[in-house]
Amino acid sequence: MKIAKEEIVHVGKLARLHLDDKAVNLYERQLDDVLSYMETLNRLDTRNVLPTSHVISVTNAFREDVVTESLEPETALSNAPESEDNTFVVPKILE
Amino acid sequence: MEPCQFTIHEAHQRLIKREISALELTEAVFKRIDAVDDQVRAYITLFRDDALAEARRADELIRQGDTAPLTGIPLAVKDILCMKGTRTTCGSKVLENFVPVYDSTVVKKLKDAHAIIVGKTNLDEFAMGSSNEHSGYYPTHNPWDLTRIPGGSSGGSAAATAADECIAALGTDTGGSIRQPCSHCSLVGLKPTYGRVSRYGLVAFASSLDQVGPITKDVTDCALLMNCIFGHDPKDSTSLSMDVPDYRDALKTGLDGLVAGIPKEYFVQGLDEDVAMAVDQAIKRLERQGMTLKEISLPHTEYAVAAYYIIAPAEASSNLARYDGVKYGFRDTASGDLIDMYRNTRSKGFGAEVQRRIIIGTYALSAGYYDAYYKKASQVRTLITNDFKGAFESCDVLLGPVAPSAAFPLGEKLDDPLSMYLSDAFTLPASLAGIPGMSIPCGFSRDGLPIGLQILGDHFSEETLIRVAYNFEQLTDFKDQKPNLPGSETASATNVL
Repeated sequence: MKIAKEEIVHVGKLARLHLDDKAVNLYERQLDDVLSYMETLNRLDTRNVLPTSHVISVTNAFREDVVTESLEPETALSNAPESEDNTFVVPKILE
Repeated sequence: MEPCQFTIHEAHQRLIKREISALELTEAVFKRIDAVDDQVRAYITLFRDDALAEARRADELIRQGDTAPLTGIPLAVKDILCMKGTRTTCGSKVLENFVPVYDSTVVKKLKDAHAIIVGKTNLDEFAMGSSNEHSGYYPTHNPWDLTRIPGGSSGGSAAATAADECIAALGTDTGGSIRQPCSHCSLVGLKPTYGRVSRYGLVAFASSLDQVGPITKDVTDCALLMNCIFGHDPKDSTSLSMDVPDYRDALKTGLDGLVAGIPKEYFVQGLDEDVAMAVDQAIKRLERQGMTLKEISLPHTEYAVAAYYIIAPAEASSNLARYDGVKYGFRDTASGDLIDMYRNTRSKGFGAEVQRRIIIGTYALSAGYYDAYYKKASQVRTLITNDFKGAFESCDVLLGPVAPSAAFPLGEKLDDPLSMYLSDAFTLPASLAGIPGMSIPCGFSRDGLPIGLQILGDHFSEETLIRVAYNFEQLTDFKDQKPNLPGSETASATNVL
């Protein structure tokens, strides 16, 4: 197996996902297929190849440093599940 | 011919000659939606009242002498492009009630052009999928065969256009999501060069790959929509600040002097016989029209699926971190502490494919695996890009199939992600290289299912693609063939292979 159950649970934690046993079992099988397939890349020698992060040769996109219109706080908060006094409300994080 | 069947340019001619009003045209489109969308399921949200009001305004503009090409034209927009004041779901339950507070640049451009946006179309959740079956709402059906997928992830936009539930549409393409559904629905689709069209307000899936592009009934419409949406946008620092002439200038006959490369890796085992035959006939037709053919090799083609399905999920796992139940979207309110709230919100909100890709992406970026997966894939991306650079030293365009088979039946690949990923083998390389790619109708399978020809070009060569596509369109009548939907009065495909 390319990926063990414990690894899926660990990665799930990193990704802030809650995976139940059923999900872990399903993903284990499916990700094993997928990750085994990814192994084909190891057939290629890439020692002297630079990785691509941006496909078009554009660098340093500058603009004038001018103030433009931005959202009002009420507008920015309009989709928040919970808000109060112009802030986002989250569950308590300190006792 | 029913008004909903018009192309943009046909509708425009009738609008400015006052043979039809924008209101009548828009009403005809909604009548069609009412007749067929319970079977096709192309739309997630419709804007009937707003669209009819916009149509009345467009009629007023036309009366005052407005002859702009998109004024009064009813269009559909993929529901991953923000539209101020109307919900944008991305096909996800996470964003079921999300109402953007600004317009995406492309939607603003359509509005400024006085086009009429009739609705937002269905898609695979966050554009992750090749079949529209990963929509968080319901799958869209292919108008040519309702038991089959329309392609994805812009399957709703393609199905709506093919079923005449709009005049044309916008889609987005990350790994083939415009080209593949257009191939499966007998439409013209263009994925522009990365950076040609602003991504501002396009909800991010894989930021180094995502592009917006037109989905249309013919090549002229493709040029017209491109004229509207391309261009530099200060709000997207990756958008290109290059001037482009009128894309309509590319709509001229003659292909003499153009060299088309035929990549042998696109005609491999596993390519469906009917697709191979239709694409081969299309290439021969273009040769008779004056193109010079040249067999070429893109040796790293077979590695594109593996590279893409590392890079795109890696970017997605980062981009989708924002759906945490705090700033917008669904929140699981039953949870205890903050971390529980994050995890329950995301696991209840995201569908299986999105969670699968977040796990693949997080795994590929995690400590100990980064070099083996993400860095390796990014290096292979360079090799794939270099293949294309080499090819374009001696070729103006490359020709090949869009998809290895015609549209597959709904459900066939749903539980087998790898098999679904492999169906993108011919569209992914161009996405990784950021080059433009086009799909145009080139025939039908023995079962009457549409087949598309893919035209690829070097960075910034959209005009050449449009020119080749336009010439091919003049030689064929595929664009005049319509799906035979129940409730539809049009003839079915007769010109099968």
